[in-house]
Amino acid sequence: MAEELSACERRPWVEATETPFVRIKGITKMFGDLAAVDDVSLDIYRGELFCLLGGSGCGKSTLLRMLAGFETPTAGTIEIDGQDMAGVAANLRPTNMMFQSYALFPHMSVEKNVAYGLLREGVPKPEAMQRTADMLSMVKLDGFANRKPHQLSGGQQQRVALARSLIKQPKLLLLDEPLGALDKKLREETQFELIRIQEDLGVTFIVVTHDQEEAMTLSTRIGVMDAGKIVQVGEPREIYETPNSKYVADFIGSVNIFDGEVDVAAPDLMRVNTAEGAIVCEPMAGLTAKQKLHIAVRPERMQLSRTPIEAANTMRGMVMEVAYMGNLSVYRVQLPGGQCLKVTAANGLHDENPITWDEEVHIGWSAAASTVLVK
Amino acid sequence: MKLRFTPIMAFLGFVFLYGPIFSLVIYSFNKSKLVTVWGGWSTKWYGELFANEQIMDAAWLSLKIGVTSASVATVFGTMMAMVLVRFKKVRGRGLMGGMITGPLVMPDVIIGLSLLLLFVSMQSLIGWPAGRGLTTILIAHITFNMAFVTVVVQSRLSDMDDSIEEAALDLGASPTRVFFDITLPMITPALISGWLLAFTLSLDDLVISSFVSGPGATTLPMVIFSKVRLGVSPDINALASLIVLVVSVGIVISAILMRKKPK
Repeated sequence: MAEELSACERRPWVEATETPFVRIKGITKMFGDLAAVDDVSLDIYRGELFCLLGGSGCGKSTLLRMLAGFETPTAGTIEIDGQDMAGVAANLRPTNMMFQSYALFPHMSVEKNVAYGLLREGVPKPEAMQRTADMLSMVKLDGFANRKPHQLSGGQQQRVALARSLIKQPKLLLLDEPLGALDKKLREETQFELIRIQEDLGVTFIVVTHDQEEAMTLSTRIGVMDAGKIVQVGEPREIYETPNSKYVADFIGSVNIFDGEVDVAAPDLMRVNTAEGAIVCEPMAGLTAKQKLHIAVRPERMQLSRTPIEAANTMRGMVMEVAYMGNLSVYRVQLPGGQCLKVTAANGLHDENPITWDEEVHIGWSAAASTVLVK
Repeated sequence: MKLRFTPIMAFLGFVFLYGPIFSLVIYSFNKSKLVTVWGGWSTKWYGELFANEQIMDAAWLSLKIGVTSASVATVFGTMMAMVLVRFKKVRGRGLMGGMITGPLVMPDVIIGLSLLLLFVSMQSLIGWPAGRGLTTILIAHITFNMAFVTVVVQSRLSDMDDSIEEAALDLGASPTRVFFDITLPMITPALISGWLLAFTLSLDDLVISSFVSGPGATTLPMVIFSKVRLGVSPDINALASLIVLVVSVGIVISAILMRKKPK
């Protein structure tokens, strides 16, 4: 049965096989003259773990708050599970939210915090307490039931907040920077925990984050936002490999960007002139000569060598900086045209004579590695 | 020996602030009938104080006014603070926020006079309040106390993380439910200290009460003031000592409650 497959196996966004679970149509939110969210349309499917990714002030949190019912859209509609949410108050929506600050009730014990939603729903107390105990053991907090929030560590508070937002088995869980306040190691552990819980319960998650690594790890799809608009929506691989604009390429991972204009745009050859020389790309339709565009090349797609490299694109430069990161090293290479490139290379075992500062090096990459960005 | 400047200054400061109060408390145990002459220890003035019906009546009246006006002002002041902090779309909110501090900075004489004029013209227009007395003092005290409670509760509310209330709403609690389950328990310390402040101010007020009171409604400060004009009698010392005791207990409790902020 199709229902048993997880969203990333079904991939309903590729072919329109199911109706979207959340439909956002032309949503706009004005704060005074400023559009915090500007005409956003988005379809999210059942069981997805969708990440809204963007820098601070890009409108991602406002969009989430409109889904939860804390903000009223200036224009547009939100449908959740076929039901129009206009005029439905926050306390009557089939959504629950996990807050960035966790927003635990400071005067209530962990148990009371988690049970609060069930008791408000009118679930009888014994059942509510049983379900609370089950939920607490799912987030590995048994034994903490009677503690007050301020007696818990950040990671434990985070799990209480998660348990509290999941207890009512919402159709849609909204998470606002859920891992923001945790340290790096705990954050990595918790990311996988979140995915496990999401798959076990089959709840649809919408996560807001500014951390692109987190978005990559967690999500079935990512929606990149900038200045109130959705810039690109796609699976993590799609966003990383084929960003549709300079903004997205720059935001997701590190990237080298060349500004240039089209020299040849033939069906069998695509060449772009830049300040550092001509760059060859995969042929692409819809481009005309003299068109201004950007070429993005990921640092790990570039080769670095003391000897000349056989590749579609080659350049020479001087190593300015080397950062040893353990598994790999990051080189900053100064090109003759003035641009500084970032190149990463995996560190081999017992590399006796690694490339170092002030060395002349050759850089090379394939035509496929140069992504053409029109915007 | 090195002379330590700071401790000496601190000591002198405390003497300046609390010396008069201390001497008042000590002289309340004076045996002598003359306030300025020490005649040995005695508690007889406390006995006489409790036997003085005029003072006891006035004390009881002041207590009633204090409790009632503090309680009503706490309810109104909390409502006011909620509107100022939480209901950001209310029209004229800024104006209201500015004006609520009026009674805090306005001279008592002006508040008293304006209220008196209001009560007199209300009586001639709608016949209420009929004459001046307990009711008019209560209204006056509630009016200025409300401003103090609002300021105390307002600062507490604006320190509170909005998302805690949103979380309760999100979990299915109605806005009323959120107020009683979440907001109220979290601002309780501010409510108590606001109430105590209001109670102390009401108990202490002489000027406004004098303007708006009438025959038969004489508060404790009014009695003390009128007695002192005829010369200080030692039982007033005893009474003042008791008031100092009550007020300082109230202030200490309110300070402790305000400091204890749940994190």
